[in-house]
Amino acid sequence: MATVRQLNVNGRVYTTDADSDASLLFVLRDHLDLTGSKYGCGEGQCGACTVLIDGKSRRSCITRVGDVAQRQITTIEGLAQGDRLHPVQQAFLDEGAMQCAYCTSGMIMTAVSLLNARRDSSAAEIARSMEGNICRCGTQPRIVLAIQRAAKAMNESKQ
Amino acid sequence: MSKDFNFEAGLEPDRFELAAPPTYHFDVDRREFFRFLGAGVLIVCVLKDACALQESGAGLGAQGPSLPKEIAAWLHIGEDGNVTVYTGKVEVGQNIRTSLTQAVAEELHVPLSSIQMVMGDTKLTPYDRGTFGSRTTPEMNLQLRKVASAARDTLIELAATQWQVDRKRLIAADGKITDSENKRTVEYAALVKGKQLTETLPVEDPLIPAAQWTVAGQPLPKVEGRDFVTGKHRYPCDQKLPEMLYGKVLRPSSFGANLSSLDTQDAEKIPGVIVVHDGNFVGVAAPTTEIASRAISAIRAEWKSQPQISNKELFDYLKKNSAEGGGPLDSPFRYEKGSIEKALASADHRLQQTYTTNYIAHAPLEPRAALAQWSGDDLTVWTGTQRPFGVRTELAAVFHMPEERVRVLMPDMGSGYGGKHTGETAIEAARLARAAKRPVKIMWTREEEFTWAYFRPAAVIDISSAMNKDGKITGWEFHNYNSGAAGIPTFYDIENQRIQFHPANSPLRQGSYRALAATANHFARESFMDELAHTAKMDPLEFRVKNLKNERLRTVFESAAKKFGWGRAKTGAGQGFGMGGGFEKGGNVATFAEVSFDRKSGEVKVVRLVTAFECGAIVNPDGLRNQLEGANIMALGGTLFEAIEFANGQILNGRFSDYRLPRFSDVPVIETVMIDRKDIPSAGAGESSLVGVAPAIANAIFDASGVRLRSLPLVPNGLRVA
Repeated sequence: MATVRQLNVNGRVYTTDADSDASLLFVLRDHLDLTGSKYGCGEGQCGACTVLIDGKSRRSCITRVGDVAQRQITTIEGLAQGDRLHPVQQAFLDEGAMQCAYCTSGMIMTAVSLLNARRDSSAAEIARSMEGNICRCGTQPRIVLAIQRAAKAMNESKQ
Repeated sequence: MSKDFNFEAGLEPDRFELAAPPTYHFDVDRREFFRFLGAGVLIVCVLKDACALQESGAGLGAQGPSLPKEIAAWLHIGEDGNVTVYTGKVEVGQNIRTSLTQAVAEELHVPLSSIQMVMGDTKLTPYDRGTFGSRTTPEMNLQLRKVASAARDTLIELAATQWQVDRKRLIAADGKITDSENKRTVEYAALVKGKQLTETLPVEDPLIPAAQWTVAGQPLPKVEGRDFVTGKHRYPCDQKLPEMLYGKVLRPSSFGANLSSLDTQDAEKIPGVIVVHDGNFVGVAAPTTEIASRAISAIRAEWKSQPQISNKELFDYLKKNSAEGGGPLDSPFRYEKGSIEKALASADHRLQQTYTTNYIAHAPLEPRAALAQWSGDDLTVWTGTQRPFGVRTELAAVFHMPEERVRVLMPDMGSGYGGKHTGETAIEAARLARAAKRPVKIMWTREEEFTWAYFRPAAVIDISSAMNKDGKITGWEFHNYNSGAAGIPTFYDIENQRIQFHPANSPLRQGSYRALAATANHFARESFMDELAHTAKMDPLEFRVKNLKNERLRTVFESAAKKFGWGRAKTGAGQGFGMGGGFEKGGNVATFAEVSFDRKSGEVKVVRLVTAFECGAIVNPDGLRNQLEGANIMALGGTLFEAIEFANGQILNGRFSDYRLPRFSDVPVIETVMIDRKDIPSAGAGESSLVGVAPAIANAIFDASGVRLRSLPLVPNGLRVA
């Protein structure tokens, strides 16, 4: 059984002894105590577990940890710079785009990935990009507004 | 029941809340528990009776101890000036941590940031039946306002005594008392010096009227919101303790199956794995989730099961297995007024219809989770539940121990929607932890949550009605089979009525779901109102108003109609408009829907929802709007496509790839009209706001297609019209 000894998460090297076949989500949560990424379905259907692999969103629950051992992994815990929130995090607060907020970290990570790629999407295009993320509380309209707000902020600050 | 049913007073708020009983019955005389029994403590199992009541539909009626009268039970002012408030209510996403903080800040006159809410901790907070029935705002918000007001009076009294001045010249503001004559000030903390406020709440204490609120009534953001956008907040499933193990439970092959053979040898050989077998309970604890899963897979078990019905036979089954009176399933709700027989005999129009609703799943995004720790004979459990005190009772009963030795804590959780009234994971984790002698965490998989939790009850509803030729309804007969009595009384003004709820033997484990049966009852009633309006050849709004005296309801219908543009001409083929509304748990709601129907593809799309809502004085307008929007979106799923499929004691679509939930592309334009009645006490909003959506959409689909759909979900596979 192959073992993953090191993981690059949030700019830091973690040592681990995880089985390479283990799901990235459970390695993050159980081994590294990074519990901001959430389990929702275990089949990549809800997006609560979304993390960034080299800046692109990926469902950590269906990602073998062995497949990302050499890559840069970013979780919700690594998004803010010190006390300064990422514009997407700030926009979610400003729009009140959450209720129970269990989906929030996955929503934010998916949105960051989207905004890394483009920032001129219409509301309908944003909604399409977020289709793989479930908010059971029904805050989708606010999430779309938050992403539009973040896009504007990022364009203005040229982040 | 009295002759005129006062629907505004409503049914007892939690009479039809349901909590399925625990499914585990552990051996009592095992050595691990000898200390409880050996000590000769007399333990009375109260749970059995409670369960019997719940199963018969009597709900969570038990009142429990009355609210403590001492300020100290609810509120403490620390030496640092920080205010700690204790409530048994829990935060599940409805943002009451915020709205209750506002209530305290308003009456106590302290900055919001100085208030910390301790919620749902059975050791620290006063007893609470649970967070359900939209009771937090009308009851706990009011209670904490009274507490904070009494604390403020006490502080003024303390300052008056200290300074030897008339209390009338003292002003409380911003955590300080100021003498208006000489401007001398003293901080609350300096007056209290960390001591408990042992004063009791006065019988009469005028509260600040809503019209004068400055902190309450404001659209404040979620308190501690930053912890949620940074991943810092620890939900129940994120809880950890040193030396903790991860638990998994072996699930039966079908509902009601019994273990006929078990071989756990291979599982026990895996290093670090502990296997527990107790009656029908088989579970493992292991150092990681993966090892626990591997151990469960290594167990060989055979189960004996009985054939069971499928969802295809559901509605016939419910009617055949319902109570018509007598026996343990005797109807807990029956209302008669005038003579429905006479009204039907003399009517110009008679109409009769049947409506049905399927079982649906709450699907809270965080599945059930619990972390249990034994310390000697004391048990502490962190778990996601709407009823921490109820879970404490369950734990005490299954482990045969006094409640005083059990502590349940509820970290703000990933929602519930009425689906987390029970303590399954708490019991499972505690059972494994007892054997492992280490803390154990259990987190259900999505499939477990879909299968072993409970569902929103399915319903069959029969309505017969009598109407004059001028559109006045004269007779109303309404029977709900299985789903419940919430929202069952009609708010329309009708002389002759017979309304009855018939409990039935549900083939699936069922329980509370946001708005309870009010969704099914409003769907049937408001769809039927539309059918009557068409029979009378009247505009559906005009028809409702003609039969409706209640001003608050008329106002929401008329406000929503105005915002929606009711009466405007259609602008395209396949466009349809409809409405539905009602009253539930202190909230008045009207929802208007616009749908588009593509005759070729059969696709039905909800384009726009307009909801007008009034629940008295608004405590937090942004929180309320968030609830209204969320309620509309959550209701979309059960209205259009959500349904549990089952056969032979198995759930056939118990995962997100098979069970469709509302997603971004399903979300229409949502507009809300919030009517702030500062002259009416605040009521809850999380539940009543759902009930207009299903009938509004069903009526709009009829308007667009000419097809009456009378079963929820309406269009799981689109709509085919010949």
